[in-house]
Amino acid sequence: MAGGWRVSCLSMSSVPKRVEQLMAQASGDEKHDPSAHSTLDILWVLYDRILRYDPRDPRGEDRDRFLMSKGHGPLALFAILADKGFFPAEEMARFETWEGILGGHPDRHRVPGIEISTGSLGHGFPMAVGVALALRAKGSDRRVFVLIGDGEANEGSVWETALLAGSLELPHLTAILVDNASSTRPLGDIGAKFSTFGWAARTANGRDHEALYAALSAPDAVRPTIVVAEIRE
Amino acid sequence: MRAQMGATLQDLMDTDPRLAIVLADISHGYFERAAAAYPERVIKVGIMEQTAVSLAAGLAIEGFIPVVHSITPFIVERPFEQIKVDFCYQRLGGNIISTGASYDYGTDGMTHYGMGDVPILRTLPGMEVVVPGTAGEFDALFREAYADGAPTYFRVAEQQNLADRAVRFGRLEVVRRGSAAVVVAVGPMLDRVLEAVADLDVSVVYCTTVAPFDGETLRAAMPAAPAATRAVVVVEPYYEGTLVPEIVAALGPDPVRIEAIGVPRRVLSRYGTIDQHDADLGLSVAGIRARIETFLAKG
Repeated sequence: MAGGWRVSCLSMSSVPKRVEQLMAQASGDEKHDPSAHSTLDILWVLYDRILRYDPRDPRGEDRDRFLMSKGHGPLALFAILADKGFFPAEEMARFETWEGILGGHPDRHRVPGIEISTGSLGHGFPMAVGVALALRAKGSDRRVFVLIGDGEANEGSVWETALLAGSLELPHLTAILVDNASSTRPLGDIGAKFSTFGWAARTANGRDHEALYAALSAPDAVRPTIVVAEIRE
Repeated sequence: MRAQMGATLQDLMDTDPRLAIVLADISHGYFERAAAAYPERVIKVGIMEQTAVSLAAGLAIEGFIPVVHSITPFIVERPFEQIKVDFCYQRLGGNIISTGASYDYGTDGMTHYGMGDVPILRTLPGMEVVVPGTAGEFDALFREAYADGAPTYFRVAEQQNLADRAVRFGRLEVVRRGSAAVVVAVGPMLDRVLEAVADLDVSVVYCTTVAPFDGETLRAAMPAAPAATRAVVVVEPYYEGTLVPEIVAALGPDPVRIEAIGVPRRVLSRYGTIDQHDADLGLSVAGIRARIETFLAKG
């Protein structure tokens, strides 16, 4: 499939136009348009207002970690990383090409700012728990954010990890589950399910920047936090 | 060998602050002291092997050297994709230690058997595979390889050879020399092979690192015979023939006759001791002897 980003999809978003323009430079078969679109506002709020990072030192020890567990639809993440200076904006036009560093699913060895290589669903969430445990063992106060798709939440490993992390007292771990109704099987009350495992659960409109900021910027004192970001459009 | 695993790891936990142990509801008793001393580096996840492997990869990204441990089929075959994606594709170092090699749990049925571990792990780029023959060899090989930056699999078995050998990671050892064939014995198969070929004119080469395979030593060990008469027997404690591609690659392009002895690929539905399974599958001393004699006679 060729062609630019469907700007009409962004009509609900209040992300700066320059980010939309960066996304529009990409073409290719693995854009996962709805998937990329669903995460755009969440990622913008994270990278613009919450995460601590230095694009000149993407692996700096003092950074917050963001792990894109689902790996699908990375265009929004790529565009925001480019906008924030992790790599030249020209890379967006080389999306899914031999010459470029940006593929249909992110590669941590190619893309500055990408923490883990993902695309196979259900891997990044448990890896994030390992990262959170490692930071705690190192005495770090940095936060770990991991983004999961609602379709990804069909995977058994997501629920293994929900069960495990809920009992580990990881207040610096925040999972964001993007619910854009893409799950073949209805997930029901996701927050309630995580709550029973010991998570602090919040729900926010996935397009409302203030609501997302409020949900993401105030972690629980003891428990890991799950933010269910609803996309209904 | 399993008790040695616990002792080796607990010892290294005292000296290497990068080491972390991830347990999937097994072997807790071997790690009680380490768990009490280093609770943030001994993580008991419960019965969730896929998460155990991915979580270990997350530890590795942050600079720790994880060790994940459980029973062979549950820590190799169930989370195979996690090993592939979260360690090999990410190019992260770490260690997987199984227990229950092949039919060590011989009365528990095929759900608990693990003959396919080494063959499937050989398909992964960058994966190292270690098959110690004794507890002492596990200790030496683990200390040598655990922090080498690669994903490394250690196969812990009930069956052992009687004596430790001076093994080195990634190296074959020529144990004895003969002229009719070279017999490659992997890990715990060495004692049986030596007994089986005691009066035969063959070389015996001992292998405790399956990947990377030391083709150079094997080439050097081949007798100075005409290429057409070269013969190799490989005796493995997992599915038979796993090392054949490495042997062909090491000795090619000249022809070589190969006899692959190991666990046959068939569904095992009997319950019994390890020795009973070995006898049934042709892996007793007598069974190995008969296979090698037949092979040499055809040459």
